[in-house]
Amino acid sequence: MKEKIRIASGQGFWGDLQSIPLQQVTKGPIDYLMMDFLAEVTMSIMQKQKKRNPSAGYARDLTHILKDLLPHIVEKNIKVITNGGGANPKACVDEIVNCAHKLGIRGLKLGVVSGDDILDSIDGLMKRKAGLKNMENDREIHEVKEKLISANVYFGARPIVAALKKGAQIVITGRTTDTSLTYAAMIHEFKWKWDDWNKLAAGVVAGHILECGGQASGGNFLGDWRSVPDLARIGFPIAEAYPNGDVIITKHPDTGGSVSVETVSEQLLYEIGDPINYITPECIADFTSIKLEQVEKDRVKVYNVKGKPATDLYKVSMAYHDGYTAIGNLTYSWPDAFEKAKKADEILRIRLKDMGLQFDEIRTEFLGVNACHGPLAEDQKDFNEVVLRIGVRNHSHHEVEMFGKEIAPLILTGPPSVTGFAGGRPKPNEVIAYWPALMSKKLVKPIVEIVTT
Amino acid sequence: MKKIKLIDIAHGRSGDKGDAANIGIIAYDDNGYEIIKKYLTAEKVKKHFEGICHGKVERFELPNIRALNFLLHNTLGGGGTVSLMHDAQGKTLAAALLKMELEIK
Repeated sequence: MKEKIRIASGQGFWGDLQSIPLQQVTKGPIDYLMMDFLAEVTMSIMQKQKKRNPSAGYARDLTHILKDLLPHIVEKNIKVITNGGGANPKACVDEIVNCAHKLGIRGLKLGVVSGDDILDSIDGLMKRKAGLKNMENDREIHEVKEKLISANVYFGARPIVAALKKGAQIVITGRTTDTSLTYAAMIHEFKWKWDDWNKLAAGVVAGHILECGGQASGGNFLGDWRSVPDLARIGFPIAEAYPNGDVIITKHPDTGGSVSVETVSEQLLYEIGDPINYITPECIADFTSIKLEQVEKDRVKVYNVKGKPATDLYKVSMAYHDGYTAIGNLTYSWPDAFEKAKKADEILRIRLKDMGLQFDEIRTEFLGVNACHGPLAEDQKDFNEVVLRIGVRNHSHHEVEMFGKEIAPLILTGPPSVTGFAGGRPKPNEVIAYWPALMSKKLVKPIVEIVTT
Repeated sequence: MKKIKLIDIAHGRSGDKGDAANIGIIAYDDNGYEIIKKYLTAEKVKKHFEGICHGKVERFELPNIRALNFLLHNTLGGGGTVSLMHDAQGKTLAAALLKMELEIK
């Protein structure tokens, strides 16, 4: 068994810095590269792409990144774990095989994890009492069943570990939890048992720290943000993991950013609910047990993590079509910028009313004045410019489209010194609403396959 | 009685969980943690975000990392792509909470 492994974060979301994965594999030693591409909205976008084109529906960024990466990971024997397979992990793997062949790489084993997509089996699952009630408001699934765009189970580390065991050097998954991309490597390398709750939880915590990329190494840091050096060349976090569950969060030398107790603490708290019960498919991690210690510059030890047995449920994330929104922006300048923006809003609302247009919601915000903090924003008198931002939402496409046509006319028929309408008419955007649910683990099984280039 | 600005003793990060916002507040030292633990109550946070948070506020303690986590329900205009808010993910709400002044005895 290795005395430690180094797992590097390569992407924190679909659209993250493209240069990072190559930096992580070339600027210092690592054993694993994990890349998270999926957010809730991502699956539904990918599912729509797949519907239009059966060979699409995964993170194209991933295959672009891998083109540059493959020779390095083969040479250095680095393993890659990623959920960039999205709604179509098999098509993603086909594309990687093509890539490998073009580079003359043969014999590379790719693991494919699928089975998370339950969109076409909802009826069957309902007959088997899957429930699938909305866990936030208890609504019944039949209300939205016809409008569903995507439905995916969050698998955890088990299928990834199974793929690694079969010798996969790159593991491509559909919807697996973000944290599992990290702790699967630890379970595999250190042969942790599936009931060693404290160690599994330690892995989950490491995964939570890595899953948002640069947010753990000085990005979006609200402490003394000015003190973070060279964010332009930020290094993404690396988890140096030990068999006993201890983890040191660090980054490659000669990169920017900072790994401190403060930067890691902020990431630990990001998007969590009850910290005592951070639920994953393999265990429940207790975030209140976590201890942090700055052992050296840019090295933070994460230890003492406690875990509890997993539940017998998987989380399911579904998305459904729920109407349209459109948002328009106009910029008003001094003098009286705020007053002009308010007047324009008033005029626009009268026109919409006169046209007989009704909306589920109209929301006006004044960027530069109080869009971010609402009533908590400081009172200021003399703004140089204010952006009027007005958005509407409705189930009818027509009404939302009509709204879009009313923004530009305000430039010639409303208050003066207005600009900032280069983007054209605001177009209706489809609203994708979420339906989070829970489902018995017995009702669905992950599928693990190995493809060799 | 003296007034302490939260931003002088703590930092934090916020994000979204559906229509709820989560705000993690971290004290810079042990003394700061004692202050936020005692004075930064769920009720104070709810009042601070009057007009912004339309649901209940839950508070959780993480003493090992000197932090409190708040969940502000019904805050993000429906959340996700439903929301018409500029900050639909509540990314700036940690900063908004740091504006608070605590009266301590």
